Amino acid sequence: MASKHYRSLRLKIVFVTLFFSLIPLFALGVTIYYLFATAYNSKNSEGLRTLAETRRSAVELFFDERISQLITIANTHSLDTLQDEANLKRVFDIMQARSKSFIDLGVIDEEGKHLAYVGPHYDELKVVNYAHEEWFQAVRSSGVYVSDIFLGFRKVPHFIIAVTRLEKNRTWILRATINSEIIESIVREGIVGKRGDGYIVNRNNVLQTTPRFSGKLLGRPDGPDLSSIIGLQLELVRTERENNLFAAAPIRNPKWVLVLREDLFEQMGPLFQAQYAGGLILAAGILLVITGTVLTSRSMIKELIRMEVDKAKSDDLVMQSSKMAALGKMAAGIAHEINNPLAIIGEKAGWMKDLLDKEDIQASENFKEFEDCIKKIERQVERSRTITHRLLRFGRRMEPTQDMVDINTILAETLTFLEGEAHYRDIKIVSNYDKRLPRITTDSAQLQQVFLNIVDNAIDAVGKSGIIEIETGYDQARNSDIFIRIKDNGPGISKELIGKIFDPFFSTKVQNEGTGLGLSISYSIIEKLGGKITVQSEEGKGTTFVIFVPVR
Amino acid sequence: MQEFRVLIVDDEEDFVETIVKRLKDRGLDVTGATSGRAALELMDGKEFDVAVLDVKMPGMDGIETLREMKKKSPRMEVIMLTGHGSVESGIQGLQLGAYNYVMKPVPLNDLLKQMTQAYERKLIEQDRHRGGA
Repeated sequence: MASKHYRSLRLKIVFVTLFFSLIPLFALGVTIYYLFATAYNSKNSEGLRTLAETRRSAVELFFDERISQLITIANTHSLDTLQDEANLKRVFDIMQARSKSFIDLGVIDEEGKHLAYVGPHYDELKVVNYAHEEWFQAVRSSGVYVSDIFLGFRKVPHFIIAVTRLEKNRTWILRATINSEIIESIVREGIVGKRGDGYIVNRNNVLQTTPRFSGKLLGRPDGPDLSSIIGLQLELVRTERENNLFAAAPIRNPKWVLVLREDLFEQMGPLFQAQYAGGLILAAGILLVITGTVLTSRSMIKELIRMEVDKAKSDDLVMQSSKMAALGKMAAGIAHEINNPLAIIGEKAGWMKDLLDKEDIQASENFKEFEDCIKKIERQVERSRTITHRLLRFGRRMEPTQDMVDINTILAETLTFLEGEAHYRDIKIVSNYDKRLPRITTDSAQLQQVFLNIVDNAIDAVGKSGIIEIETGYDQARNSDIFIRIKDNGPGISKELIGKIFDPFFSTKVQNEGTGLGLSISYSIIEKLGGKITVQSEEGKGTTFVIFVPVR
Repeated sequence: MQEFRVLIVDDEEDFVETIVKRLKDRGLDVTGATSGRAALELMDGKEFDVAVLDVKMPGMDGIETLREMKKKSPRMEVIMLTGHGSVESGIQGLQLGAYNYVMKPVPLNDLLKQMTQAYERKLIEQDRHRGGA
C-alpha cells in the first residue's frame, strides 16, 4: 500500500517536473525556429526580389538600346536613302557587325508596302503588305512597337521592333527582326540553383522565353498566372512536393513580365540544417530533463521512504521505551508494596526464632517442627526479597542512563524475565559467562532490551523443546569488544531471508504478534552504543546472533 | 554487644513492635515510634544514639523527619530504611546527614551490624569533638 502511494507520488513529481521544464524548452525551441525561419525567408525573398529587379533592368536596357538604335537610324537617314536597298544593306551590315541579333531590316510605307528589305527572306517578305497587320496599326499610333516572340521560318524565336518616322508629311516605318536569344540569356542568368527557373510571359501569359522546366516557348507556364501584375511581386506557391517562391517584375516596353522561380527546399538547405541541429538539441535536452527528473524523483522517494522508516523506528523505540518505563514503574511500585509485609513476616519469623532459642521452649515436643517451619518461612522471605529487589532494580534501569554495568549481570537479570516462558516450553537456556568481563559504561536499559528481544526471538524460533546457549567473552589481549553469543537450535533462517532480518517491518511471526521492529531496533540501539550485531544461520541447525559491545 | 539507645521509626506498627522486641532481646535500649512526629516527640524526652527511619511514611515522611531530627540532635546517627527502589531518596538522606540506607526487608543481623557501625562512628565523632573542644 505504501509502495503504491509512493509510486503515484513519484509519477506526480515526474509529470509536474517534466511539464514545467519541457514547456519552456518547447517554447524556446519553437520561438527560435520561427524567428530563424522568418529571418532566413525574408533574406531569401529579398535576394530573389533584387535578382528579379536586376534582370528586369537588363531586359529593359536591351530593349531600350535596340529601340533607340532603330530610332537613331530612322531619324538620321531619309526615306530616300533607305529606300535604296544598297544603302539599307550598308546600314544593316554595320548593325550586324556589332550584334548578330538583328536578322533583317525593312522599310515600309504608310500603306504597309515593303519599300526595301535586307534579310534572309527577301522573296517571301518583299511582297508582303502589312496594312492589316495588328502591329502595323500599333506602330502607326504609338510610334514605337515591340512585338511578342514568334517563330520565324527557320523556327528561331525572334521578335520585331518597328519605329515610325515622320518626314516631310510622309510617314514611313523602319522595322527590324531581332533574335531573342539575348533575352533568353539575360533571363537565364537570373536562374538560381539546380531547380530554380526563369522566364518571361507576355500579358496573355504566353511564354516569351524557353524556361528550364516550366513549359515550352509560346506555351503556358506551369506556375501561377503572373501576367497581369502591376509592380514587382513575390508569391509563394506551396505544393506537395515543392515550395516555390516566385518573383515577378513587369517590363516597361514591351509589356511583358519577367518571372523568376526559386525552389525554397533547395534554397533553405542551411535552414533545414539549423532545424535538424535544433531538433537534435531539443531531443537531447528532453532526454536530459527526463533522465534528471527520473533520477531526482527516485532519490527523493528513496529519501522519503528512508525517513518514514526511521520515523517508524524511532516512534516504536519511544513507544517501547515508554512501555518499559511504565512497566518499570509498576514493578517498582509492586515491589515496594510487597516489601513492607515481607519485612513484617521476616521480623515475625525472626522473633519466633529468637524465642525458640530460649531454653525453656526447646524442651517442647514440637520444637523441631517449629524450628523447621521458621527456617522455611525465613528462606521464602529471602527468596521473595530477591525477587522484589530485582524488580526494583529493573524499574530503576528503565530510566535511560549511562552507568557502569556488568554485561553478565544484565544478561542474567534479563534471562530471569524469560526463564518462565522457556521452562514452560521445555527450552533449556545454557549460559556460559566469562567472569573476567570488564565493567563498561553504557545504557543498561537499552542493552537489556536488546538481550530481551534477541533471546525472546530465539525462544520463538525454537518453539518447543530445544537449547539456547548464551556465552559472553572478551579477548583482553586484543582489547577487543565484549561479545555476547546467543545460539539457538531452532529451524534457522533461509539464505534469502537472512539479509532482511534487520529490515524494519520484516517479521516471520504471525501478523499482530510482532511489529517486525524488534531486531531493527536492536540493531540501531547497538549501533548507537558503538557496537554491532552479526547473524549466522543454517537451515535446520539453528541461528547464532553475536552482539559486540565496545569496551570504553 | 554494646548497649546503646535506638529509636525505630516506621509506620508499620507490626514491624516496629516486632523489631523492638527482637532488639531488646539482644540487649539494646530500643524505643519504637509509628510516625515521624511521634519520633520527634520521643526525642524531646530522651537522647538516642542511633535511629532507624523508614523513608516512606504517611504524613511526615522520612526525609522531613530526618531533617527535623538532625536539627534536634545532630550527633544522632540515622539509618534510612527504604522499601522503595529509588536510589535518590537514599542519596538525599545521605546528603542530609544520614549514616547509610538499607533496603527493606533487611535481615535483622545485617541491620544490627549497620546500627553497631553507626554507633561506633557516633562515639568516634563525639571523641573527636571533645578532643577538639
